[in-house]
Amino acid sequence: MRLSRFFLYLVLIIFVLFYLMPVYVLVVTSFKSFKEISLRTMWIPPKEISFSSFVRAWYGDKSKGLRGLSGNFMNSVYLTVPATLISSILGSMNGYVLTKWKFKRANLVFALLLFGMFIPYQSILIPLVQVLQKTKLYGTIPGLILVHCVYGIPITTLIFRNYYSTIPSDIVEAAKIDGAGFVKIFVRVLLPLSGPAFAVTAIWQFTSIWNDFLFGLVVTPNPSVQPITVALNNLAGSYFVEWNVQMAGALITAFPTLIVYIFLGKLFMRGLLSGSLSGM
Amino acid sequence: MKTDRILSILFILPSFILVGIFIYGFIGWTGWVSMVNWRDVFPDFTFVGLRNYARLFQHFRFVISMKNTLVFTVLFLLSSISIGLLLAILLDRKVRFEGFFRTVYLFPMAVSFVVTGVVWRWILNPGTGGESVGLNWMLEKIGLGFLKSGWYTDPNIGIKAVVIAAVWQMSGYVMALYLAGIRSIPTELYEAAQLDGANVFQLYKHIVLPLLRPVTLSAVIILGHISLKIFDLVFAMTGSGIGFSCDVPALFMYDTTFRGNYFSQGAAIAVILLLCVAVLIVPYLTYSIRTEVRR
Repeated sequence: MRLSRFFLYLVLIIFVLFYLMPVYVLVVTSFKSFKEISLRTMWIPPKEISFSSFVRAWYGDKSKGLRGLSGNFMNSVYLTVPATLISSILGSMNGYVLTKWKFKRANLVFALLLFGMFIPYQSILIPLVQVLQKTKLYGTIPGLILVHCVYGIPITTLIFRNYYSTIPSDIVEAAKIDGAGFVKIFVRVLLPLSGPAFAVTAIWQFTSIWNDFLFGLVVTPNPSVQPITVALNNLAGSYFVEWNVQMAGALITAFPTLIVYIFLGKLFMRGLLSGSLSGM
Repeated sequence: MKTDRILSILFILPSFILVGIFIYGFIGWTGWVSMVNWRDVFPDFTFVGLRNYARLFQHFRFVISMKNTLVFTVLFLLSSISIGLLLAILLDRKVRFEGFFRTVYLFPMAVSFVVTGVVWRWILNPGTGGESVGLNWMLEKIGLGFLKSGWYTDPNIGIKAVVIAAVWQMSGYVMALYLAGIRSIPTELYEAAQLDGANVFQLYKHIVLPLLRPVTLSAVIILGHISLKIFDLVFAMTGSGIGFSCDVPALFMYDTTFRGNYFSQGAAIAVILLLCVAVLIVPYLTYSIRTEVRR
């Protein structure tokens, strides 16, 4: 029994090393100064801690034509915050109707919505670009906000629908008898109970919009408008950039969602599980 | 009462219209584009039927990318599911610091595929001039030098190197799914089995694993659809690779459409990709919604 416990922990620890290896490399490399960077020493900790990689990744280096990530970081903030809010609100409205005001064929509508969660976005990219160009939203942050709101509707609706179906319909019926109408029931009865669902949806949407790459790449060709994931890829793809700056850039890009994960891990997890349809 | 009905329709209408246009309308439009002769910056809507599809199946890059997707999907699903299940079972054996382990295994999920790609591109860098760097250096140091490889720069390995990064990112999620599944099994079942004299292995074989089948189904659906449409990870980590050894349809579609301006061909790839995903998802959605209605 002792021995099997030992192997159990051994396996778990080996996997910890596997999952943390990239983090180790990231941290060790990004705290090195340029003169310490060489592929041969990538696993060796820096001799002295230097923040110069972060400074270069953040502000860039005009003399070398290196764009910093600071502007793109802010682009991602301006994109992610409104898109998260709007898509969460739309999700709560849909969830309310789909659970408490079920109409004929409500399940069909729901299934059609859900399918939108799984489609490869390649199958809508060409018309998307055309429509955004026609409406002058192509290459702009509002354009990206619109895109993320629309393609976020399926998952936010799913989360709120699952949540609202756990709230007994008796409450709604009681409110109706008291003379409350459709809007009043939503605002006075459902919304005050919606905190947990909003938290889960917000975390899910924040993470996936922040981490998106495809829409940013296709919708915003102009580097000054691009979200940070696209900018990171450009940074890492340019020949003049040192590894330490790339790794610092990767850390900066991952930072907000990691913070969310560390501080709101339980809710993050719940978001993941509802995304898996396991709550259906 | 009637106004309430109207209001409820008004509530759902914006989403309904947006999804109708941006998902179903756009899919229809892509289908149309795939059957015209648009092969330049300027649209050309001359109908050519299925010609773009016929061309596609003769295109070596399409054939390679489809094969790669198949290899990627099989390896990615098998590894993620077996690692996820193993970790969930181990963590369920009353492990100390369980929270710590869970946090570590799951955190890659919070990171963008692009970040994963950039980091793993470096770790799997085979180095130049016979000098070992990255993972190769590490393998050499711990006496596993025979495992050294050119990773994504070796045309024979190519896409399999990308699988390592994808498993790193997603296997923790599978662990979370299984752990939630295991924890939802009523303890009476365990107790009954133990009263009947079942040992640990019998317990897992006859009670736990059969009850986890729906979780495996969800995992296959989630990982499967991610795998079929994988784009950002490959784009950031390797690009299409040497001799397109890392190429996938989503990347091929992007190159064809937005770098090559061959819109109709790109649309055809997109439609095939959509059909692949639909074959997986539609039966699953129909099934889950039906069983839910019956409940």
